[in-house]
Amino acid sequence: MSWAMFVQHLLNGLTLGSLYALIAIGYTMIYGILRLINFAHSEIFMLGAYSVFWGVTLIHLPWPIAVTLGILAVAALGVLVDRVAYRPLRDAPRSSALISAIGVSFFLQNLAIVVFSAIPREVYRPTWLETVILVGDVRVLPLTLLVPVLSFLLMLGLIYIVYKTKAGLGMRAISKDIETSYTMGVPVNRIIALTFGIGSALAAASGIMWALRYPQLQPIMGIIPGFKAFIAAVVGGIGSIQGAVIGGLGLGLVEIMAVATFPELAGYRDALAFVLLIGILLIKPTGLMGVKLEDKL
Amino acid sequence: MKRVITWSLLMVFILAGAALAADDTVRIGVYLPLTGANAYGGELELEGLQMAFKEAPAVLGKKVEIFVVDNKTDKVEAANAVKRLIDKEKVVAVIGTYGSSLAMAGGEVAEKAGVPMIGTSCTNPLVTQGKKYVFRVCFIDPFQGAGAATYAFKTLGLKKAALLVDVANDYSVGLASFFAKSYTKLGGEVVTNLNYQSGDQDFTAQLTEIISKKPDVLFIPSYFAEGAIIMKQVKELGGTFKIMGGDAMDNPKITEIGGGAVEGFIHTTFPYDPSMRDMNPVAKQFTENWKKLHPDKDPNVNAALGYDAYMITLDAIKRAGKAEPEAIGAALAQTKNFEGVTGSTTINASHDAEKPVGLVTIKDGKKTYIGEITPEM
Repeated sequence: MSWAMFVQHLLNGLTLGSLYALIAIGYTMIYGILRLINFAHSEIFMLGAYSVFWGVTLIHLPWPIAVTLGILAVAALGVLVDRVAYRPLRDAPRSSALISAIGVSFFLQNLAIVVFSAIPREVYRPTWLETVILVGDVRVLPLTLLVPVLSFLLMLGLIYIVYKTKAGLGMRAISKDIETSYTMGVPVNRIIALTFGIGSALAAASGIMWALRYPQLQPIMGIIPGFKAFIAAVVGGIGSIQGAVIGGLGLGLVEIMAVATFPELAGYRDALAFVLLIGILLIKPTGLMGVKLEDKL
Repeated sequence: MKRVITWSLLMVFILAGAALAADDTVRIGVYLPLTGANAYGGELELEGLQMAFKEAPAVLGKKVEIFVVDNKTDKVEAANAVKRLIDKEKVVAVIGTYGSSLAMAGGEVAEKAGVPMIGTSCTNPLVTQGKKYVFRVCFIDPFQGAGAATYAFKTLGLKKAALLVDVANDYSVGLASFFAKSYTKLGGEVVTNLNYQSGDQDFTAQLTEIISKKPDVLFIPSYFAEGAIIMKQVKELGGTFKIMGGDAMDNPKITEIGGGAVEGFIHTTFPYDPSMRDMNPVAKQFTENWKKLHPDKDPNVNAALGYDAYMITLDAIKRAGKAEPEAIGAALAQTKNFEGVTGSTTINASHDAEKPVGLVTIKDGKKTYIGEITPEM
């Protein structure tokens, strides 16, 4: 493998990995606070991608406005999903909420098939995003540089919210003990709604970034990235924001580098991701950055 | 006693009534992927079929009734769909489906039930292999793969090929191996053969590897949505080789979805495209009627195959003289020189359609029919 080729692979891995990280942050945040694996995250991700491109291509909104509106709309949807599908199950066993999440996931996916039809749609990217930067023999896409920075900033922002604000204090309290939080006057339902709002906004942001990188919209586009991000979150230690970023980057790099080193095994790339997951969980059951919890799904 | 007789008589009438009602119409089942990953192909085939149904709604003096079931691009659902059509709807023939994996699952059920199935665009040879009741209106992949290889090696003079194959898809694996076989037989060299899995969206690792091997042509036997993403990434990574594909890339949306990245792309297909210059009368009529019905949408080969599958089935029922599965199957096997949208169709001994391989390229952002090629097998 030549030097330039190695760097090219590295950059490909970085782009893919930081996209995984971006999705995984939202996954892990909701889990960290509610102990709920929000399977509907993949569909929120898909709707985020759709909403913006419908704004841009159908209503002809300028990019920044379409992105803002799209993220807000999807965040509102996340809050609605919580209100309708999770809040009534707050006192039920945790597996009920999990099954409800799977139901929401299927519902949104099929709704999207009915509303948007299953035919893939093209994403019109701004031209500056398509311009390839040539560094020697290595080809760099603007997104390769943009996505890691964005993931990093969102990670910092989220850590700030969770650890430095009053709402964040409420979130942490809920994650420790939801009943005591009620009695101590934490507005539990409001804080949880906020958590879903932020989590969904993150999913929407990652959906938009994903669609800019792989410019095609499909109602089923969230499934595979969602699975991978879930693995990334678990590998990093589900519930840990830093862990999600490390897990995502690691998974992306491993996937690409595995194909680069053993090209003939490229078809087994997903199997590799799962082997990595099992391996890490065997050595460190709580994930790379995970803390020990007495109660897990 | 009297009551028993009354009841029995009533039952007899009801049953007779049901039998009469069933005899009144010819029931044909259709199973296609209308949701899921292959929905874009299934939708087009259904629209073509419905057009044919509108033009020929009766056979043997009886009304035709069609029952459509969505197989959801899922092998298990495909088998269930055929089972439901045969057991519940009591159809005398089943048309479908797009996708070889789906057709294999459905064909198994039809074969067991002894009801003829007429495949639309399932091109893997295994679909009809060893089956008495499974037919298709398309050619098969060894033929298509050889066509692509002949065109790449002989006509374009491309001596080194790379392949990128979906390992989770029977069609993709089959077509790739037939292409490689013919290509090496003609004297070409396959420099690398890499895999991915259905649903993947990132191909950068495989493509970086392929680019480093400097092939003259990249053959991608994928579906068009994936194909479009692959071609975009080839462009981003700076690949300059020719790209070729199979009939699954044939979709009017390809230029819209692929944008500038699909320019110059060539794929094999069945001999029909709305951009064809010398169309046969059936194809001409089909294209005109389609444009009236769908002014905003171009027809394509899938729509044409959906249309042909229905017409060939009806023709078989006509020749059989009765709408019974066994007779229809026998008549289908005898289909000779049936003039359809995709040219003249003859069903051969292995129940596959014999027709020439067509070639389409994307030129100036438009699908353009190049012509036909005789594969060197």
